[in-house]
Amino acid sequence: MKKTTLLQKIINAPYLLWSALFIIAPMIMVIYYAFTDSAGNPTFDNIMQIGDYASTFMLSISYGAVATVICLIIAYPFAYFLAQSGVSFQRMSVMLVMLPMWMSFLIRTYSWLTILGESGVLNRIFGLVGLGPFHMLNTGAAVILGMVYNYLPYMILPIYTVMAKMDNSLVEAAQDLGSSKLHCLRRVIIPLSVPGIASGITMVFVPSVSTFYITQKLGGGQITLIGDVIEAQFQSAYNYNLGAALSLVLMVMILICLGVLNYFTDSDDDGGVVI
Amino acid sequence: MSKTSPAAKIYMALVFVFLYAPMAVMTVFSFNGSESTYVFSGFSLQWYERLFSDRATMDALKNTVILAVVSAVVSTVMGTLAAVGINAMKNKYAKTSVMTVTNIPMMNPEIVTGISMMLLFVFAGALLNRKNVLGFGTILIAHVSFQLPYIILSVLPKLRQMDIRVYEAAQDLGCHPVKAFMKVVFPIILPGIAAGAIMAFTLSLDDFIISYFTNGPDFQTLPIHIFSMTKKRVKPDMYALSTLIFAAMFVLLILMNIAQAKSDKRQKSK
Repeated sequence: MKKTTLLQKIINAPYLLWSALFIIAPMIMVIYYAFTDSAGNPTFDNIMQIGDYASTFMLSISYGAVATVICLIIAYPFAYFLAQSGVSFQRMSVMLVMLPMWMSFLIRTYSWLTILGESGVLNRIFGLVGLGPFHMLNTGAAVILGMVYNYLPYMILPIYTVMAKMDNSLVEAAQDLGSSKLHCLRRVIIPLSVPGIASGITMVFVPSVSTFYITQKLGGGQITLIGDVIEAQFQSAYNYNLGAALSLVLMVMILICLGVLNYFTDSDDDGGVVI
Repeated sequence: MSKTSPAAKIYMALVFVFLYAPMAVMTVFSFNGSESTYVFSGFSLQWYERLFSDRATMDALKNTVILAVVSAVVSTVMGTLAAVGINAMKNKYAKTSVMTVTNIPMMNPEIVTGISMMLLFVFAGALLNRKNVLGFGTILIAHVSFQLPYIILSVLPKLRQMDIRVYEAAQDLGCHPVKAFMKVVFPIILPGIAAGAIMAFTLSLDDFIISYFTNGPDFQTLPIHIFSMTKKRVKPDMYALSTLIFAAMFVLLILMNIAQAKSDKRQKSK
């Protein structure tokens, strides 16, 4: 192996350089802009202003959390049933779950306007049975629906992957030993699927918390989440420094949330591995 | 199939209805006779005709494909080399720190990745005294950067599974390391490279958030174009566009499904 060390260095160099320039340097830029003013002088003003946005941060986290929980509630039984289906049905279904992810999420989100609007498809259906019209757009519920709709596949796929790989003999063993279906689910299946749940939660929570398009379209400007505030700093208010400070705080908050999640799922995971 | 109850089937069907309701609605309204996306008034193909005669949309489509191809090629080559390099790293500490850095773009919210890149470009532009730095170059750099982790993470497992002795044997038998790599290692890790490249390509096609912060006025991609269109009241031509994308992806999926089923059969008959 010694002969190849120089070769290895040459192989490693482009990527190391690239990641220093375009992964680490941008992170440093966020910190730099967060702690300077528009003239480039060091200041804590931006960070001090964060307090004004505390309620927006809290609102974003609660919206993200609600959307994540709803995704989990919908996705878990779906993944469970799917993993028990026939092989060809499984393969087709996985592709059908993935297909929407490959299409412009902007238009998919926008077309909910056609469904939920005052004169939209749903209200027309309600009208046929003499109900409504209901005011559904531009509400918090519509924003949550948009998040659930967009990120549901990210919850289904990792949970399904874990379920499909699960050793069925463990479930059978539990049943042979007299465990009821519910008991078996609680003590065997759910603990074994924790890694899938954890990555599903991460993949739904992070984009939900930081979204801005969904709130703009389905919230109609009624609901402002932190993503909207950050986007505005860069695309209309042009206060890059405040935007950088907000991003920095968002990043740290998400890291803390993920850290808490990892802490809990890791300990559970160990319990599952013991079997 | 036998194990799933009727209730389970209904449940799965409902989830699919939820996932595909917007697609159904946009397909129907793309054939609308009028300009409305709320009231359906007769069948017409006018929005498809308008779509193809719309220069801005067609330019954006072209840009999107160019960007996706170029960025996927660059990131696949660099990412594969990086995976090989990381895999061969002896120093545990260096290895974990490189992997941590690699994971940053995947852990970060896209909006943060996008603005951090934008800040870097703006900062570099100010240093070089250039205005309007944002353009094809910056969006290309951004796309390659967010694709790299996916390539690395899809090639690394293949390298780990590989028996390093095959590579050493080739060298013992007189192969130059580079030739040994091309003849022995490359074919083994090719499935990982291909999977990563496809992933990179599709991620680039569909990316909106990171492109939104790193693109310039001269180089608009389709998602950016769609974004500016949905700022106004959307006409059914955007629905027509999505219907076409949907149809193309659907056909691609079915083909992939058939191919996979065939290769599964072949493996079984072996």
